[in-house]
Amino acid sequence: MEPDAPDEAPADEPPPPPAGGDVVYRHRWPTRLWHWLNALSVFVLLMSGLMIFNAHPRLYWGKYGANPDYAWLQIGGDAQRGHVLIGPLDIPTTGMLGHWTDSNGEIQTRAFPSWATIPSGYNLAGARSWHFLFAWLLFVPGLLFWAISLLNRHFRRDLAPTKEELAPRHIWRDIKDHARLRFPAGEEARDYNILQKLSYLAVIFLLLPLMVLTGLSMSPGMDAGWPWLLDLFAGRQSARSIHFIVAMLLLGFILVHLLMVVLAGPINEIRSMITGRYVLPREKRP
Amino acid sequence: MTDRLTRRQALVSLGTGGLLLSGCDRIGRSPAFQSVQSGAERLTMRAQRLVIDRTALAPEFSAADLSPVFRTNGNAMPASPAYRTHLESGFAHWRLAIDGLVSRPLSLSLAQIRRLPARTQITRHDCVEGWSAIGKWTGVPLKLLLDGAGLRREARYIVFHCADDFSGMPYYESIDLIDAFHPQTILAWGMNDRVLPVGHGAPLRLRLERQLGYKQAKFVMRVEAVDSLDRIGLGKGGFWEDNSGYQWYAGI
Repeated sequence: MEPDAPDEAPADEPPPPPAGGDVVYRHRWPTRLWHWLNALSVFVLLMSGLMIFNAHPRLYWGKYGANPDYAWLQIGGDAQRGHVLIGPLDIPTTGMLGHWTDSNGEIQTRAFPSWATIPSGYNLAGARSWHFLFAWLLFVPGLLFWAISLLNRHFRRDLAPTKEELAPRHIWRDIKDHARLRFPAGEEARDYNILQKLSYLAVIFLLLPLMVLTGLSMSPGMDAGWPWLLDLFAGRQSARSIHFIVAMLLLGFILVHLLMVVLAGPINEIRSMITGRYVLPREKRP
Repeated sequence: MTDRLTRRQALVSLGTGGLLLSGCDRIGRSPAFQSVQSGAERLTMRAQRLVIDRTALAPEFSAADLSPVFRTNGNAMPASPAYRTHLESGFAHWRLAIDGLVSRPLSLSLAQIRRLPARTQITRHDCVEGWSAIGKWTGVPLKLLLDGAGLRREARYIVFHCADDFSGMPYYESIDLIDAFHPQTILAWGMNDRVLPVGHGAPLRLRLERQLGYKQAKFVMRVEAVDSLDRIGLGKGGFWEDNSGYQWYAGI
């Protein structure tokens, strides 16, 4: 900072905009709390969900679907190889899916390997207990987060894209910046960029509600109470397929999210999600 | 044996970054965590009972929606010699007992049951594993049988004792009175316009359309009204509940 600057500035002028190196308050407590609750519940839901999938590793479209019916996706294997069948595609996945070696060195032919599932061994009843407990932890705090973020204007202030941001040229430039790993610095880094906004909005208002609603559609009890669920997703087996696809989209989001945290400075990013305080990255000198 | 295996797995996974996972397995086995899980199970049941009217019907489908092949599951043929004898004689001497906390215990032949008013419904069968099949079921509403036997005031659950077993442990299931008196809860003797096949539970199986497949007891021999599930089987209300930890309320 220049030592003589304050003397020259008039007293009633607004403070200078934050610059690289400044600490800004970036995440309020509801956002931070919800983030970490979600980190836990989505992690458990994903892995217990993979265990539940292992019980019947086939997906269908429509109202019914069982072993005699056509499955659009199948994960399986035998003693020689594992593969994923998607429509006419036969993708070899030996060593990963449908044919993998467990910690005792034995070949297993379940769809997802034990390191990816909760519980790690085949246990459908246990996985369902985990899944339905953490489904509550996703659902109730999720509703509260929605309500609080509407009230404290988090959605309006931090997540709603501006008209300029939605211009295709702006979005394209942000895509190019991301691809070149050029991240905003200084004041620009205080707010979410457009790709962040769009992906967070998609998770909060599209993917997570879809997970909850397709999950409920698979419940024979809920289908009696809320039969519109089945109309919405065109049948229970379609809902099950969508549940799986959206889970994979969420997994994709998490992987990219973690990659971005690592690239953008993991200590600063993680600290800001714990304390709320974020150090604006300094502008890089050319 | 299981514990030794998991300890070894835990040691192996220590090196491979799987510590967190074995942690989950250990948490999953702890009684405190399991009681949290069963708390969530009760919460799920209460929440569903709150939003689903007690007489709300499970979706019914048209004949065009029927599964071309309705796969069998669980036991496709009970091992007991008594059942084989009944099967060979076309269930001519088979009788369904309705007893327990009732004023007038009943013993009904299959012919008598088929003469009672029947309900036919095309519904979806959802296995806990994830698959679904749509079938057409014809049978007597359980309510008619319970009213005929006169349920006593203390009765809280209806238990279905079955002819099949897994390694000598007889299959059974239980439901509460809300489900027992639901209009779609029937003891089916017909499937897809034919006599109920052995693989699907001949001569009589429960249809409980708002819960999963494992609740739909096949080969039903006896219907018992009880005030508590504690003295039945291992006390959790069903074969899978007792032996594999499946949820008693299978509405989800």
